[in-house]
Amino acid sequence: MSSLIFPAVLSGLMMGAVYALVALGLTLIYGVLHIINFAHGSLLMLALYAVYFLWSYFGVDPYLAIPIVLPVFFVLGYCLQRGLITPMSNGSEQNILLITLAVSMIIENLALYFWTSNTRTADIAYAYDTVEILGAFLPLGRVIAFCAAIAVAPLLWCFMAYTRTGSAIRAVAIEKRGAELVGIDVNHTYAICFGMGTACVALAACLLLPTFYITPQVGYTFVLVAFTTVVLGGMGSLPGALIAGLLLGVIESLCGLFLGESLGQIGIFLAFILILLFKPSGLMGRAR
Amino acid sequence: MNYKIDRRDLLKVSGALVAGLAAPTILRAQTSTIKVGVIEPLTGNLAYNGTQSAAGAKFAAEAINAAGGIKSMGGRKIELVIVDAQSRPEAAAAGVDTLVQAGACAFTGATASALGLASSQAAAKYNLAQVFSIGTAETVVTRGLPNVFRFTPGVNKCTSVALENLKLLNQGAGNAVKTAAIVHEDGPFGSNMAKILAEQLPKQGIQVVETISHPTPQRDFSNIALRVKASKADILIPSNYLNEYTLMARALNQQRVELKAIYSILGGAASNIKFVRENNEVAQYVMDCNHWYDPTKDESKALAAKVAEAKLDLTYDIMVSYATIQVIADALERGASDDRQKMIEALAASSFDKSIMPYGPTKFVNGDNVNSQPVNTQIRGDKIELVFPKQYASAEAVFPIPAKK
Amino acid sequence: MKSQSIGQLALAAAALCYLFGVYFASSPVWMGFTINALVIAVIAMSWNITGGFGGLSSFGHAALYGTGAYASAILQVKYGMNAWVGFGAGILAGAAMGAFIGALSFRYGLRGSYFALVTLAFAEVLRICASSFEFTGGGSGLQLTLAPGLANLQFADRTVVYTALLFVVAVVMGLTALIKYSRFGAYLIAVRENEDAARALGIDTYRIKVQAMAISGAFGGLAGVLYLQLWLFIDSNVVYGSAVSIEALIGPIIGGAGTVWGPLLGTLGLHLLGEGAKHLLPNAPGLNFVLYAIVLICALRFLPQGLVGLAGKIGAFTRKKEDDNA
Repeated sequence: MSSLIFPAVLSGLMMGAVYALVALGLTLIYGVLHIINFAHGSLLMLALYAVYFLWSYFGVDPYLAIPIVLPVFFVLGYCLQRGLITPMSNGSEQNILLITLAVSMIIENLALYFWTSNTRTADIAYAYDTVEILGAFLPLGRVIAFCAAIAVAPLLWCFMAYTRTGSAIRAVAIEKRGAELVGIDVNHTYAICFGMGTACVALAACLLLPTFYITPQVGYTFVLVAFTTVVLGGMGSLPGALIAGLLLGVIESLCGLFLGESLGQIGIFLAFILILLFKPSGLMGRAR
Repeated sequence: MNYKIDRRDLLKVSGALVAGLAAPTILRAQTSTIKVGVIEPLTGNLAYNGTQSAAGAKFAAEAINAAGGIKSMGGRKIELVIVDAQSRPEAAAAGVDTLVQAGACAFTGATASALGLASSQAAAKYNLAQVFSIGTAETVVTRGLPNVFRFTPGVNKCTSVALENLKLLNQGAGNAVKTAAIVHEDGPFGSNMAKILAEQLPKQGIQVVETISHPTPQRDFSNIALRVKASKADILIPSNYLNEYTLMARALNQQRVELKAIYSILGGAASNIKFVRENNEVAQYVMDCNHWYDPTKDESKALAAKVAEAKLDLTYDIMVSYATIQVIADALERGASDDRQKMIEALAASSFDKSIMPYGPTKFVNGDNVNSQPVNTQIRGDKIELVFPKQYASAEAVFPIPAKK
Repeated sequence: MKSQSIGQLALAAAALCYLFGVYFASSPVWMGFTINALVIAVIAMSWNITGGFGGLSSFGHAALYGTGAYASAILQVKYGMNAWVGFGAGILAGAAMGAFIGALSFRYGLRGSYFALVTLAFAEVLRICASSFEFTGGGSGLQLTLAPGLANLQFADRTVVYTALLFVVAVVMGLTALIKYSRFGAYLIAVRENEDAARALGIDTYRIKVQAMAISGAFGGLAGVLYLQLWLFIDSNVVYGSAVSIEALIGPIIGGAGTVWGPLLGTLGLHLLGEGAKHLLPNAPGLNFVLYAIVLICALRFLPQGLVGLAGKIGAFTRKKEDDNA
């Protein structure tokens, strides 16, 4: 078993990068809008289908689909927040939560209706390629996703820190009233933020497709882990989400190795509970 | 565009709702067809299998009606009443009410044992027979319910037949396989199967060197592949659903796991043509012990053509569901009545041997069809061939996997 | 008594008429799905104690529901105990689990979405445990022996089942009303409105919240036991799955959180809606859920205080604060 620890840690890191990618969008939305977005998993699923159809009908490589899918999902997220969530929620947190739940129900069942429950996998030429690192074989697609996650989290962080839009988003996140007073369009900023979060999930989809399958239910596979990642990293913290994602990947992988894959899942949720109880602000979060 | 909802729209919707709720009563009045129920999960996490099963039932009803309906009842046609079990037991049970309301004489279902347990229990109160298409848990037939008829084999029989066939295959290969690794989903089927395998395999001279259970969904199979590799098992015996199997097949390939054979038991993928199409290279020579039809029968060929025409994948769900409707139609033919109690009696006395399944004459003992059996299939090129038992085989089994060049 | 409006009385009367009318419905469909709705109504009432009165929104009420069901099933299947013993044990186990989750989370001051997420995590941990260990039946779940009879809490006649469920629902609603108008209920509402102020007034808010979780747990465990006795089979996904947690909170919010009638009205309304959607779109599985979700969103938009809140605006006897509904 001990000889497996090193490759298990590596594959955990690779999987963790995917969690981080999915969680980046979620933490962005949570950090600013303070809403738990239950539609996140369904949006991931929708993006996966988009990337898949681009590949299967037009032969667009999933990685080349990034510049097509990202803007589309940004607009989708923007409209969802501005056109549906804000006007329909009466501003109550509980209602927002239920609306995102209803949205996920709509997306998922429409997908079921139009695309059926068939599992699809993209049989891309390099789907089976691996990269060898010190005797451990890592799927090429996962390695690319890992590198992308490492690159994207700091980029997003820089965007938030150094651009005007980024400052506006941070201002709204900290003090909504105050931001309004200094002339920031709060609803627009919220929608931008939701759009960015959705674009992040689309990016995750592009990077995930070569190594995963798609069904209308695939979102659930990632959504709970993404929540855990967000909390562990500190709600709203982008670097936190990256570190937490990688950490959770490793925890899951090692727990799976030593406790068995079934019981090993418990590792993630125990980590979740412990962090909520003892350090609810997360690894990198601001104090509440 | 303006999305404002005014009162008139609301009235329309509520009017439609009321009309919709009243609809079953209207339908009942104009009965001349024989209603046969189908309870399958069309939504939720079992949607794929449920939808395939419902399609299989539809093909069967079409074929029976095209051949002149139920002759002993004046050629009356079969009409299916399909109900969505939503992948939830209580919804499956509530579906029984809808069937009774619609006047169904018997029904088939329900893909997962948990759903079938609930629906058959609810149906027992109406004396409504359920012919299980798939319901592998043995508790399905051990409750003593008179309305339960399981046409296909359960977990015990599937596993023991799989073991017998494996023994024969291994003997034919000079007992090349000495060690086994078991990878199974942690649901009812997988866990029961693993238990039986762990007891029985050593008796055939095969040591179980690794047993790994995993949840559904499982996102990453790297570790599992590594553990299988480290165990140096000759044969891998998996039992899991299509999605997980796909990920596992990839991981095994990526981690360069060398196996003499992959022999799955009720594997979701190894008998799924879509898997063969999309993952052709890693699918080669994978064997499965599963529900499968007898490909040599004319009706089987006709079904395969129909399924291809409808652009569906021919999976075992379609086959068994087709066969259960055949069983129900036969009971209608013999009993010449769509009375629920008469149907139970007719089914209990069934000796039907013309289904598309490679079974002997149907014989229900305590609701379990003792003459059912799973068969072995193997993926060869872009086809799934039936390789065992010999009398139904469409190809010779290749065991163990020939060495790669 | 507090003020009530004509609208609210009419709404309650309509619900009672419906529940009574089910006895005479020509189609068995009505009773079938109302039975399912009543079980869900009990878990909704459980959520209402903490989520409605206490403002402690949980996403993990499946943890309580599942614990009740499993406790009873384990005692019956593994230890051959009587169903009534299991019934009591299920309620107690639910209460204990509620108190445990509450004590742990409130000890560390979790509230709002943090509390919601921790309950979700507890439900998931329990789900994984239940599907991994031998004494919970592992992945195979637990199956009770089918043996109808009062001693086994199984009834062959569905009318009896329905009547028994109505009785249970009435008892739980009665207890809810008792809680609401008790000193404890007032404290709990004070915690929801302003916890710091409540503490400043000398209320032991920690104890109040844990007690609320225990009561909620008892109701939740009860709902789980009802499900078990109804279908005799449970597995980890059925009783610890997130679908249960969602059903637990959606009914009270639509019906009116923090009211006595809200959970029942909301759950009945939603089940009727779901059934209606199914009949409206019979040949398009999936689209019925789309319709359901759209109506749900509209309900959230146009019923900010739930059904009970809306009804409260119709023909109010006395003009009081909005919060004073039924």
